[in-house]
Amino acid sequence: MATTTRTPADPTKPASPKEPGRLRRSYDRNWYAWAMVLPTVLVLGVLVLYPLAQGILQSFTDLTEANQQEVICTKTLGGGETCEENPNQAEFVGLKNYVDVLTGQRGDFWLWFTNTVVWTTACVFFHYTIGLGLAVMLNRDFRGRGIYRVLLIVPWAVPAFVSAFAWRFMFNQNFGLVNAVLGKIGIDPVAWTDHRWTSLFTAIVANVWLGVPFMMVALLGGLQSINNDLYEAAAIDGASPWQRFWNITMPGLRPVSSTVILLGTIWTFNMFPIIFFVTGGEPAGQTEILVTGAFRAAFEGIRNYSLAATYGVLILSILVVYAGIYRRVLSKQGEVF
Amino acid sequence: MRRLLPALAGTTALALALAACGNDGGESTSSNEPDAQSSVDPASLEAELTWWDTSDPTNEGPAFQELISQFNEEYPNVTVNYESVPFDEAQNKFKTAAQTDSGAPDILRAEVAWVPEFASLGYLYALDGTPLLEETNFLETPLSSNVFDGKTYGVPQVTDTLGLMYNKELFEKAGIEEPPTTWDEVDEAAKALQGVGAEGIYLNAAGYFTLPFMYGEGGDLVDVEAEQITVNSPENVAGLQIAQDMVKSGVSVKPDANDSYGTMMTLFKEGKVGMIINGPWEVANIDADKAFGGFDNLGVAPVPAGSGEPGAPVGGHNYVIYSGMDEEKADAATAFVQFMTSPESQAFIADELGLLPANADAYDLIEGNEKVAAWEPALEAAQPRPWIPEGGLFFTPLDQMATEVLIQGKDPQAALDAAAATFKSDVVPEYSE
Repeated sequence: MATTTRTPADPTKPASPKEPGRLRRSYDRNWYAWAMVLPTVLVLGVLVLYPLAQGILQSFTDLTEANQQEVICTKTLGGGETCEENPNQAEFVGLKNYVDVLTGQRGDFWLWFTNTVVWTTACVFFHYTIGLGLAVMLNRDFRGRGIYRVLLIVPWAVPAFVSAFAWRFMFNQNFGLVNAVLGKIGIDPVAWTDHRWTSLFTAIVANVWLGVPFMMVALLGGLQSINNDLYEAAAIDGASPWQRFWNITMPGLRPVSSTVILLGTIWTFNMFPIIFFVTGGEPAGQTEILVTGAFRAAFEGIRNYSLAATYGVLILSILVVYAGIYRRVLSKQGEVF
Repeated sequence: MRRLLPALAGTTALALALAACGNDGGESTSSNEPDAQSSVDPASLEAELTWWDTSDPTNEGPAFQELISQFNEEYPNVTVNYESVPFDEAQNKFKTAAQTDSGAPDILRAEVAWVPEFASLGYLYALDGTPLLEETNFLETPLSSNVFDGKTYGVPQVTDTLGLMYNKELFEKAGIEEPPTTWDEVDEAAKALQGVGAEGIYLNAAGYFTLPFMYGEGGDLVDVEAEQITVNSPENVAGLQIAQDMVKSGVSVKPDANDSYGTMMTLFKEGKVGMIINGPWEVANIDADKAFGGFDNLGVAPVPAGSGEPGAPVGGHNYVIYSGMDEEKADAATAFVQFMTSPESQAFIADELGLLPANADAYDLIEGNEKVAAWEPALEAAQPRPWIPEGGLFFTPLDQMATEVLIQGKDPQAALDAAAATFKSDVVPEYSE
């Protein structure tokens, strides 16, 4: 990072008119640092800042696949080409896209937003609690601990879309494993994908299964960094296991937890393949989350780049606001990452 | 983003030289009318072509590959790179490739609704004036799906439509002598089938498969002439109401949003459902199923009618040529597409797979082919769809509508109104509601 390589200006040296200007001095002293930083700045500019700016600009136009060209040429096989100016070229439309999307004239923004919030909250909650439970169990000494650790990490190694298809099939109403098991214990088969919440439930189950290993590994690392002396001292003082968990383990895990929860939230918020492949938005688009809904709105049929950009900017804004609030809450509690 | 204009100078000269294969009547801007028709010696044609086939790779693909090797016997120096691309990915994949000008195939098997869309974006060669459109006898409706803005951008490979497919053995058991011709008769037949332990019908909860209900009452999606959205017309509401009642009364199995189509096919082939509404593309699949009894056990009839005439949507596939293809390959591409759409080739495919030829002359060659003959009455009930660039976009809102009406029991009027609103906002904004 730039901040770590910068040399602080020497405050004891008085500025004399004969010496070169501040900029020049700074350059003389720090040119090496600037040279080191330059590639990063360039790469970030090309890979992040330029597309970001372009995306934001596009969201104020009505650019689509059909109106992006200035001229449309029709070639005839065997020779001949007629070109004519595109009669309806993309133009600046101001905030129209945002108004359309936020008032629900196009797509179903608020339905998708509600789904996204439910989906993210449920997934992150279960990721964290189940991951923590497993991490605490695996942090003890018992036989075969290594094998359990390996087995529990397996879901993470399976590509997301593969497990998504597997889960989709397991929840199939007629031929799936879940309904077969329910039938064995005398429960009527459930038409999982026919209702909004049961359909969302299947996606959440699939994603929890996928996401727990990461939480488990991260939290296990956090647990192992907690000094064992604390537990011993607490035990001598007569603290119960619960008291030790709440007063030593949880505070000890705070730095890890705050990071993985933030990361988990952002990942889950933008977790495309699970919703796309497990529910496919069924029934009737009622389980789309913001990213899948935006994808469908923008890339199915004649591609609407400006609409896609609008969704992108909205999603980015929501996450930036969320991260800002999250960070502020944490810093009030004395932790900044 | 913007597609580069091809380097004109060199290509045009070359193109004019290559234009030898008949240009009369074409709309090309080249002023030099090419002189005599030069017959190209097949052995001298040399090129490498890529073809994206979107047919089913296990049931249908091998027959098309067989056709390619027949083509190569005639044109030994034209290499055809056969690539099987899954049907539901092909549209997006082709557009991405065409837009970035990298990796697009020279020739694509495009679904009928894709052609006007690709053509409007400038991704296809117009074929006017090429031998592909001369002295051919393509069926009018399938050919019409290739026309956009007065030019023709593809030639039909196969045509299809929806029909009522039924299990002959179950019909016999239930004592049903004639396949039902109206939805009311479907109700009766279903009750008879339920008497012998089967289910009546499985209605696939997808937009395309609800079209017979709309057409059967005289409805349609849009009125292209009047630029009007008619999807929420009283006719369509009445049609969808019939469909919903069939599910609610148990005449139809309650479809399921998780793989509705696959479930329909599995239940039908297992003999658990007596009737389905589906198309000829499944004939090879059903024929191969010994448990079902193969084609011998399969009955095909036109889609049932409502209060009006029976109507089913026309589907099918066309061959189109990517406009980014090197003009030098024009002769080879023409020869290839010409070969694939010839009456002989289409008859071969019909014999192998039971797909319906789009070339009228092919029907003379396949007299006695039961699989094709079975579909002829159904084909008479086929209605062309609105061939506009947005034609493929109608189906996402319609799929939602079908799920809401058939699975979730939503009021047809409300569901169709919602579809009409989406048509207005996302599909054809310039049309009136």
